[in-house]
Amino acid sequence: MAEVIIEKDKCKGCQLCIFYCPTKKLVLSSKLNKKGIKFAKPLDNINCIGCGFCFTVCPDSCVEVYGKK
Amino acid sequence: MGKNFLHPKSLKKVDTHYCPGCGHGIIHRIIAGIVDELGIREKTIAVTPVGCAVIAYDYWDFNCCEAPHGRGLAVATGIKRCLPQNIVFTYQGDGDLASIGIAETIHAANRAEAISCIFVNNGCYGMTGGQLAPTTLIGQKTITTPFGRDPNKGEGWPLKLTEILASLEGVCFAARTSLAGPKEILNTQTQIKKAFLAQIEKKKFSIVEVLSPCPTVWQKEPTKAIEFIQQEVIKTFPVGIIKEL
Repeated sequence: MAEVIIEKDKCKGCQLCIFYCPTKKLVLSSKLNKKGIKFAKPLDNINCIGCGFCFTVCPDSCVEVYGKK
Repeated sequence: MGKNFLHPKSLKKVDTHYCPGCGHGIIHRIIAGIVDELGIREKTIAVTPVGCAVIAYDYWDFNCCEAPHGRGLAVATGIKRCLPQNIVFTYQGDGDLASIGIAETIHAANRAEAISCIFVNNGCYGMTGGQLAPTTLIGQKTITTPFGRDPNKGEGWPLKLTEILASLEGVCFAARTSLAGPKEILNTQTQIKKAFLAQIEKKKFSIVEVLSPCPTVWQKEPTKAIEFIQQEVIKTFPVGIIKEL
C-alpha cells in the first residue's frame, strides 16, 4: 500500500486534498503548525490506494506519495 | 511497485506567498514537473509577470526574467531572438496578458514568435485587491463592480483572448483548461506539455489558458471556488483545444 507524506509546516489548510481523497484517508489535524494553521494529515496509510490525487490538487506542493509493493 | 508522486526538482522547497487554495501553486508545480520530464531545465527561460505570481522566480529553480507590467511577451521575444535554441515561456495573469499587455500579446502571436504562453485566468485583479478584469464574468461582483458586471452600464463583456489569438496565422496551438479537480489538472498538464513541444517542433506561438480559482477575492472556500469554476466559469469560457496544427 502507498504512503502519503505531508510537510505540515508548508500546509496552509485549504483542505483540497481532504475533499478529493477518494478513500477519505486524510483529515484536518487538531494541532497547529508553525504558521498557526490546522494542517492536513493522513489518518492511516494502511488503506491508501496511491492514486496521487492529494499530490495533484495540493497548491503548496507539500504532499508526496510513495507507492509501495 | 506503485507509482511515486514526488516533488519536482525544478521547484524549490520553499513556502509560497499565495493564499490557501490558490491555483498558482498548482500551475507552478505542473510547469516544474514538465520541465523535469522533458529534461530542458538547463535551457528553459521563464518570463514572470506583474501580478500575484510576480515572485515566481523565487519558486522555480531554472532561469527566470522579470518583465514590466504586461510586457512579458515583448521581453520573451527579445530573449528568444537572442537565444533561439532555448525554451522560452511567459507566465501571465489575466490583468497582465489580456488588459495591460494586450498589444504585446497580439503582436507577439501575430509575428509567430516561438514562445509558449501560460495564461492564468482567475477573472479578477487578485494582487491589487480584486478589481474588474477583462475576463470577469457577467454578474460577478468585484470591488469596482459591487453590483455585478453589467455590459449595459458600459462595463463590457468577458474577453475571450484565447479564441482571438487562435484566429491568427502565427499561433500553432491554443487551448483552454481548468484546475477544477484532479482530472482537469492532469489535462492542464497534458496541454501545457503540448504547448512546450509545439514551441520546440513547430517554432510558432502557443498559448494555454488555465481557469484558476481565486478563493480570497471570490470570497469562497477553496472547495467552493472549485465548484464555481465547474458550474459558472466554464459556461462563459468552455474548456478544450481551440486550435492545434
